[in-house]
Amino acid sequence: MEKFKTLTGVAAPLPMINVDTDKIIPKQFLKTIKRTGLGKNLFDEMRFNDDGSEKPGFVLNKPAYRDAKILVAGENFGCGSSREHAPWALMDFGITCVIAPSFADIFYNNSFKNGVLLIKLPQEDVDKLMDDAERGANATLTVDLEAQTISGPDGGTINFELDPFLRKCLLEGLDDIGLTMQKKEKIDSYEEKQKAAEPWLYA
Amino acid sequence: MAKTLFDKIWESHLVDVQDDGTCLLYIDRHLVHEVTSPQAFEGLRNSGRTVRRPDATLAVADHNVPTTDRSQGIEEEESRIQVEALQESVAEFGIEFFGMDDIRQGICHVIGPEQGFTLPGTTMVCGDSHTATHGAFGSLAFGIGTSEVEHVLATQTLLQAPAKNMRVNVEGALPLGVTPKDLILAIIGHIGTAGGTGHVIEYTGQAFRDMSMEGRMTVCNMTIEGGARGGLIAPDETTFKYLMGRPMVPKGAAWEAAVAHWKTLKSDDGAHYDKDVTIQAADLVPYVTWGTSPEDALPITGSVPSPDDAADEGNANAIKRSLDYMDLTPGTALKDIAIDRVFIGSCTNSRIEDLRAAAAVAKGRTVADTVGAMVVPGSGLIKELAEEEGLDKIFLDAGFEWREPGCSMCLAMNADKLEPGERSASTSNRNFEGRQGKGGRTHLVSPAMAAAAAIAGHLTDVRDLD
Ligand code: SF4
Repeated sequence: MEKFKTLTGVAAPLPMINVDTDKIIPKQFLKTIKRTGLGKNLFDEMRFNDDGSEKPGFVLNKPAYRDAKILVAGENFGCGSSREHAPWALMDFGITCVIAPSFADIFYNNSFKNGVLLIKLPQEDVDKLMDDAERGANATLTVDLEAQTISGPDGGTINFELDPFLRKCLLEGLDDIGLTMQKKEKIDSYEEKQKAAEPWLYA
Repeated sequence: MAKTLFDKIWESHLVDVQDDGTCLLYIDRHLVHEVTSPQAFEGLRNSGRTVRRPDATLAVADHNVPTTDRSQGIEEEESRIQVEALQESVAEFGIEFFGMDDIRQGICHVIGPEQGFTLPGTTMVCGDSHTATHGAFGSLAFGIGTSEVEHVLATQTLLQAPAKNMRVNVEGALPLGVTPKDLILAIIGHIGTAGGTGHVIEYTGQAFRDMSMEGRMTVCNMTIEGGARGGLIAPDETTFKYLMGRPMVPKGAAWEAAVAHWKTLKSDDGAHYDKDVTIQAADLVPYVTWGTSPEDALPITGSVPSPDDAADEGNANAIKRSLDYMDLTPGTALKDIAIDRVFIGSCTNSRIEDLRAAAAVAKGRTVADTVGAMVVPGSGLIKELAEEEGLDKIFLDAGFEWREPGCSMCLAMNADKLEPGERSASTSNRNFEGRQGKGGRTHLVSPAMAAAAAIAGHLTDVRDLD
C-alpha cells in the first residue's frame, strides 16, 4: 500500500446525502477480476449519458474539478453494498481523500485498506469546506495526516480526529495481512482452545 | 457485569487486542462468491499465501449466473470469466464449491443456513453486505470488503473495532397480513438508513419469538439497510429445530453438546444497550417503499410524500431527487402506482415460506396483462421442494415465470433486469437508483404484496384481495 503523508489538491463538492456504493460504481462494472481501471466509470450514472457522452452539470466533468483529488460530501457516504470496487474506483480516478459528516461502516474499512483517507467532520466544518470546494480550481485543500489538519485556501486550518491504528497504517503504508501473520502463534493457540471447547466447528 | 449476546460472541472470539484497542477477531465461517473474491485470491497468489482453513470456507456462484436454461453455460463473457475464476481458485486452494449444475447451488445467504454451515454463536463473514442474514441464528455475521476477504482467507481472522449495542424490541404479535418483510421495512423507515451505523442490532420481543427462521432471516438480512453492521436474534428451539439434521451440523453427541452450548447464548438481564427502540407490532400494516432508499418506507395505506414535509434541506433535496427518479407526484396514493414488473426472489425473500406466501396469493388468480412477473427460488433445493409442493404449477398457471436459483434481478448483474423507466414491485432489499437495471424503478414489498401487485397491476394492499 502507498504511504499517505500529505495531500494537496482540488476538492470537488458533492452536496448529497446517502451516496451509496451503487452510485459510486454501478454493478455493471463489478465484473472485473482486477482492482484497477475502474476510475473511468466512477459515478457512472451521474457522470455520463446513455450514449457515453459526459453530463456537463456533474461536478467531475467541470473543467475545474477534472483532476480533483479530494471529495467533500454529505452524511452517510458509501452506504449500501460492500463492494470494494467503490474505493478502488475513487483511487483509480485519483481521489484519495473524502471528507463528510459520516460514512457507512463497511465502506469506511474498505477505504483505509486501500490507502484512501476518510475524514469525519462536524456538519459545520463540512459546510465550510463545501463552500471552499465550490470555488473550483482556486480552492485547493491540503490534508496533513501527520498533523491531522486540513488547510483551506484562506489559510485557516481544521483539525480532525482519526483512529491511531488506521492513521499509523496509512502513514507507514502497512499491509494488514503481513501484520496479522506475525501473530500466528496467538491464532494457533486460539484454535486449539476453541477446538477443545467447540469441536463441532472443525471438520 | 451483565452482557449482551453481541458482547459474549465478540469476547469469545478475541485472538488479540492491540494497545490502541483494535481487536483481532477469529472468524468461524466464511462464505465466498464470484464477484468480491477474484482480487482476494489474486492477492494470495501474488504473496504466496494459502487458505488457512478451507474446512471453514464455502464457495458458490450466485450473482452472475443465468436463471434460465444453464446447459449452455454463461453467455455473457465477463460473467463467465468471473465464475470460471472462482472455479479455478476453489480448486487451487481446496475449498468446497457448489457449481451451477449442483442442486445445492443458490444465493450464498440462502445456502449457508440451508446446509447448516451457519451455526449459532459463530462469527461469520462474506464479501457481501447481506451477510447480516445469518444473525437470525445468533451468529455474529457481517459483510466485508475484498481486502478483508483476503485477510480472512489467509489468517482466519479480521481486524475490527468493536461495535456498539442496539436493541429493537417488538412487542406483541404481528397482525394478520403483516409479514417479517413489512416489519423490517417499518423498522428501517423508523430508524433511517444510518440509524444503526456502528451498531449491531439485537432483535427481541414476542414478534421475533413467534417468528419462523425464514422470517428471522428476512429481518436480519435487511438490517444492513438500517446501517447496522449486523443483526442478532438469540437462538431458541425454533433455531435448533431448523438446524437439526442439516448436512453440515454436528451429529449425535456433538449435536447435544452444541445445543447445550447454544442455549447459553442470550443477553443477560439488565445488559446495557447504547440505543434502544421499541415498536408495537399491533400498529403495523403492510409496507412499501416509494423512493430510492430503503428508509423511504411507508404503510401501503399512505401516499407519496412531498419535499415540503422534510425535516431539513438535505432531506428535502433527497426527496426531490427520489421523486424525480421514481417519476412520482406528491400526494399520489401508493395503491394507485401502476407497475410493469414483479420480482419474487433474492436473499431477503426467496425461501420456501416466501414462495408459499406468494403462491397462496397467486393461486387461482391471473397476473395482469400489463405485468411481467418472475419467481426465482433461493436455491436448487428450495426449487425442488417448491416443485414437490406444486408451487411452480400455481405460479405458472397464474402467469408467473419460474426460474433457476440465483441473485437475478435483485442486482441485475445477469440478464434479468428492468428496462429504463420500468417500475417493479420487488421482494429484494435495495431500491437504489439503477439497482435493478439502469433507469429502473423499484418498490420493495413482501412476497404476498408482490404477488398481489402482479395480479392487480399496481401496488395494492394484500389484505384487500377477496
Ligand atoms: S440476492 Fe441480492 S442482496 Fe442477496 S446476495 Fe444476491 S445480490 Fe446480494
